[in-house]
Amino acid sequence: MSAAALEVEGLSRHYGERDALSDVSLSLAAGQTLVVFGPNGAGKTTLLRVLATLLRPHAGSVRVLGASLPGEAWAVRGRVGLLGHEPLLYRELTARENLRFHARLYGIGEERVRELLDAVAMTGRASEPLRTLSRGMVQRVAVARAVLHDPELLLLDEPHSNLDPAAIELVAPLIGAGAGTDPRRTRVICSHDPTGGLAEADVVLGLRAGRPALLRAAVDVDHDEIAELYR
Amino acid sequence: MSGVQAPERPLQATRPAQAVGLWRTVGALLRKELLVELRTLESVPAMSLFAVTTFVVFHFALNRNSVEGDLAAGILWVTLLFAAILGVNRLFVADADQGGFDAFLLAPVDRSAMFIAKALTLLAFLVVLELVAVPAFALLLLGAPLGPALPGLLASLALGDLGVAVIGTLVAAMAVQTRARDLLGPLLGLPLFVPIVIGGARAISPLLVQAHPAAPAARWLLTLGLYDLVFGLIAYALFDFLLED
Repeated sequence: MSAAALEVEGLSRHYGERDALSDVSLSLAAGQTLVVFGPNGAGKTTLLRVLATLLRPHAGSVRVLGASLPGEAWAVRGRVGLLGHEPLLYRELTARENLRFHARLYGIGEERVRELLDAVAMTGRASEPLRTLSRGMVQRVAVARAVLHDPELLLLDEPHSNLDPAAIELVAPLIGAGAGTDPRRTRVICSHDPTGGLAEADVVLGLRAGRPALLRAAVDVDHDEIAELYR
Repeated sequence: MSGVQAPERPLQATRPAQAVGLWRTVGALLRKELLVELRTLESVPAMSLFAVTTFVVFHFALNRNSVEGDLAAGILWVTLLFAAILGVNRLFVADADQGGFDAFLLAPVDRSAMFIAKALTLLAFLVVLELVAVPAFALLLLGAPLGPALPGLLASLALGDLGVAVIGTLVAAMAVQTRARDLLGPLLGLPLFVPIVIGGARAISPLLVQAHPAAPAARWLLTLGLYDLVFGLIAYALFDFLLED
């Protein structure tokens, strides 16, 4: 059994009076993929933001890559890649300028920027401001941004949104299972696609109104159970 | 999306992320800030235009050929302050609206770098503003040439700008996380800016007396310097907490 990359026990998080996450517990070994299903507002994005150290847990304990949050969040930063609903890119800057900026924050050289622009087939449009690009193109640049530093833990919130089938194939080597230099890269993916999600998952978490409604090995989960989360 | 082809070789990172020094991070942020401003021209032109327009309004509203002394110093500093507030209000907008905060918080860097870079950005905006506003002020409102007063005026402006940059960055970081950021920025900032306006105006007032211009009031320059130092330390200590959830 590999060491746990994620250990969450009794995690709760609220926004004002509303509970976004309530009593969530899970464990994920390094190299495994956790796929989180649940309807809109179920707490999937909040879970990702807590794991990314962007939100503090209000109750429970959270360990990410061996570091306890929020106290040791500094030890996790730089080891996590987040691809959320927002691309975390500046609209007025070009794809190349955005990636260069992030590369500087991570102490990464220009070669990696060129390599990733090439990988997401954006080299030809790399000098155009993001505001002039389609959503799908911006999402491809966002994928490049998320994996720029070859993170040990990838947090992906509906990573294929805005991408057409060809682009999904294009980014697969970057965010798919086994991507990156470390074969033990751990992934947490929020998804609404039972077929694609189950194919990627080692472990499945189903959330409903912030509470865990399903937590099981993916091989033991069928489509109907996931569909039930959305009813 | 036609014409998209997968890369010929599998993607592997060439080197892992590493801790980046404070000043390299400041450099990266500063470069990004200036690039965004050059692309959008959202802050500096608006600040400069506001200042020049205000001087024109004063020129006609006061119905005088020229102003001097306390009045001149007051008009200059109050106008510069209100123009600066336009820049303060815009300082973190792109970061808040486009996820720049999150991206920065995920990176393995010293968070103080953002405070330093933002304060330097605002300082640069203020310098450009004054390159436009001070000649316009001299042309529209001052009777006497500005030449002899320039060294003292520059000292006062430099110390005042430093204070506005530090306090403005702190206030902007607080305000941008609220829904009423356009209102809250000036409301929080103005009480803290008032001592700068008083100190700055008192310091340059003797310089702008037409009959017998004197040296800038050293006491007020010193006060400005101390105020900058105190708020610099406070802002540096508080800024990390402002970025926290």
